[in-house]
Amino acid sequence: MVERVQITDKAAQIVARLTAQHGALMFHQSGGCCDGSSPMCYPAGDFRVGPQDVLLGEIAGCKFYIGAAQFEYWEHTQLIIDVVAGRGSGFSVEAPEGVRFLTRSRVFSDDEVAALAAAGPPARAA
Amino acid sequence: MFQQALEKVSKQVLIRDRYANFIGGKWVAPVEGRYFDNPSPITGKKLCEIPRSTAADIELALDAAHKAKDAWGKTSVQERSRLLNKVADKLEANLELLALVETLDNGKPIRESTYADMPLVVDHWRYFASVVRAQEGGISEIDHDTVAYHFHEPLGVVGQIIPWNFPILMATWKLAPALAAGNCVVLKPAEQTPLGILVVAELIADILPAGVLNIVNGFGVEAGKPLAQNKRIAKIAFTGETTTGRLIMQYASDNIIPVTLELGGKSPNIFFADVMDADDDYFDKALEGFTMFALNQGEVCTCPSRALVQESIYDKFMERAIARTKKIKQGHPLDATTMIGAQASNDQLEKILSYFDIGKQEGAKALTGGKRAQLEGELAEGYYIEPTIFEGNNKMRVFQEEIFGPVVSVAKFKDENDALAIANDTLYGLGAGVWTRNGNRAYRFGRAIQAGRVWTNCYHAYPAHAAFGGYKASGIGRENHKMMLDHYQQTKNLMVSYSTKALGFF
Repeated sequence: MVERVQITDKAAQIVARLTAQHGALMFHQSGGCCDGSSPMCYPAGDFRVGPQDVLLGEIAGCKFYIGAAQFEYWEHTQLIIDVVAGRGSGFSVEAPEGVRFLTRSRVFSDDEVAALAAAGPPARAA
Repeated sequence: MFQQALEKVSKQVLIRDRYANFIGGKWVAPVEGRYFDNPSPITGKKLCEIPRSTAADIELALDAAHKAKDAWGKTSVQERSRLLNKVADKLEANLELLALVETLDNGKPIRESTYADMPLVVDHWRYFASVVRAQEGGISEIDHDTVAYHFHEPLGVVGQIIPWNFPILMATWKLAPALAAGNCVVLKPAEQTPLGILVVAELIADILPAGVLNIVNGFGVEAGKPLAQNKRIAKIAFTGETTTGRLIMQYASDNIIPVTLELGGKSPNIFFADVMDADDDYFDKALEGFTMFALNQGEVCTCPSRALVQESIYDKFMERAIARTKKIKQGHPLDATTMIGAQASNDQLEKILSYFDIGKQEGAKALTGGKRAQLEGELAEGYYIEPTIFEGNNKMRVFQEEIFGPVVSVAKFKDENDALAIANDTLYGLGAGVWTRNGNRAYRFGRAIQAGRVWTNCYHAYPAHAAFGGYKASGIGRENHKMMLDHYQQTKNLMVSYSTKALGFF
């Protein structure tokens, strides 16, 4: 099965550490200004997702969402969630750790695109 | 150069090794006693330590703000205006120093902080000091016996969370109208650039009454969240990215308070064929307009990060545009001739590099740049990117997402309809640039673009008195204009009856 979102080992370790601290977590891919175009990591339930959010998959035990309108522009790419040293982004829980989650991307091959089309659109949050 | 600048600033303005929060007119250490390092992106090395505040510190700040709010709310408009003007005067007297602090903390070239950021800051305080004097309520004479009197009243205590790309200016855009309107503020600066506003606070500490302005430093998740969710604020204002913008709106709904948001864009800069009708001053200006994607290292919500060039002039225009871009002088941000400085942090740098990667994967062609810039000496560990032009089409991710770096994605268009379709094919609607010698085309096109700010034959101008804000996913509300006083006030309607007779109902 073609995964729409994956996570690197390094990032998964950070998620494990943060989960121990905060409890269950979730991700939402942000767009826009400043700290945007990057995944935001919040305690699960902190950020309400709904019919305008697409569930891309699950990484390191966390559900990963993206806005539906944004998904239309991104759906031809796979997201690989990595982590780098950084100043963090405001409300994302990894900020005080001195690291920042980063979205790397890979364009899907034609075969993968076909497989994903056959699988049907990903579920909405509600 | 870095060390000299640091020493110069330290002598004239107290740059402390370690800062506290500014609460109730005093410097108050964070309750849990934790701090974080604040490095300069110029060298990657530490500048100072900043409080790592939590909910407890937010509560202290709110205590101080609530203590001050009645008196400040009752202070005459004339007096509030006088104090805001004093703030402007104090900042103007220390302009060069503040510009230097801003460059050290953010990495932007000293040329920009001195000639762009700080003069706009000074003027903004004066603008709101002025317009609040002329604000009027309203009288509606309902009938011979009934008059409705409308008064503007402050909201009370408001929370403001600001970004790191123009630290002192972004603080000013929020503070000036809120304070002019008679509110007290708890401000949470961006953790990436906390220094400038703290130096400002030190300079103006004896101007504003204690508790009117409070600054709590820390991370969004630890200090911003308890502020935005707090039942003791009457409004929350936020500038930053989209998902956190949604989160802030959700928090605001807990307490049913108003929210204003500025969330970014992917602003199209549109060049019609007639710009090349002559190789004159105007065309030269248009080329500068194209190159504006590099202003502030591209770290602007309104970065003209998409350029749409009419097919018929594309090759000739791009030849000149590439040449102009290659002339951008990259160098030490403290050098007065440097045009482009450091990106704000390592993770910003990494994000830009990841976009170079996806751009290439999608088939975008880098006409210039496309990689990290390796600078020498003390800058070797700083965060520098080569100004980059990508060529492609509007469906590519580099055309749809804020890269927040000196990167522009260029596409062709056939005619006006095509240009409009491409310009509006975006989630965002903050800024746009329209370049044409034809006034009618400029007007019709500008009215048709779904963006809050349409620069016409110019770009990146942010004078006070020109309303600024987003359509679509770019946000809610406007800044830089007297209409913002309304954003920070509520209307009290005294409905007065002068009739002495009962109505006959009961």
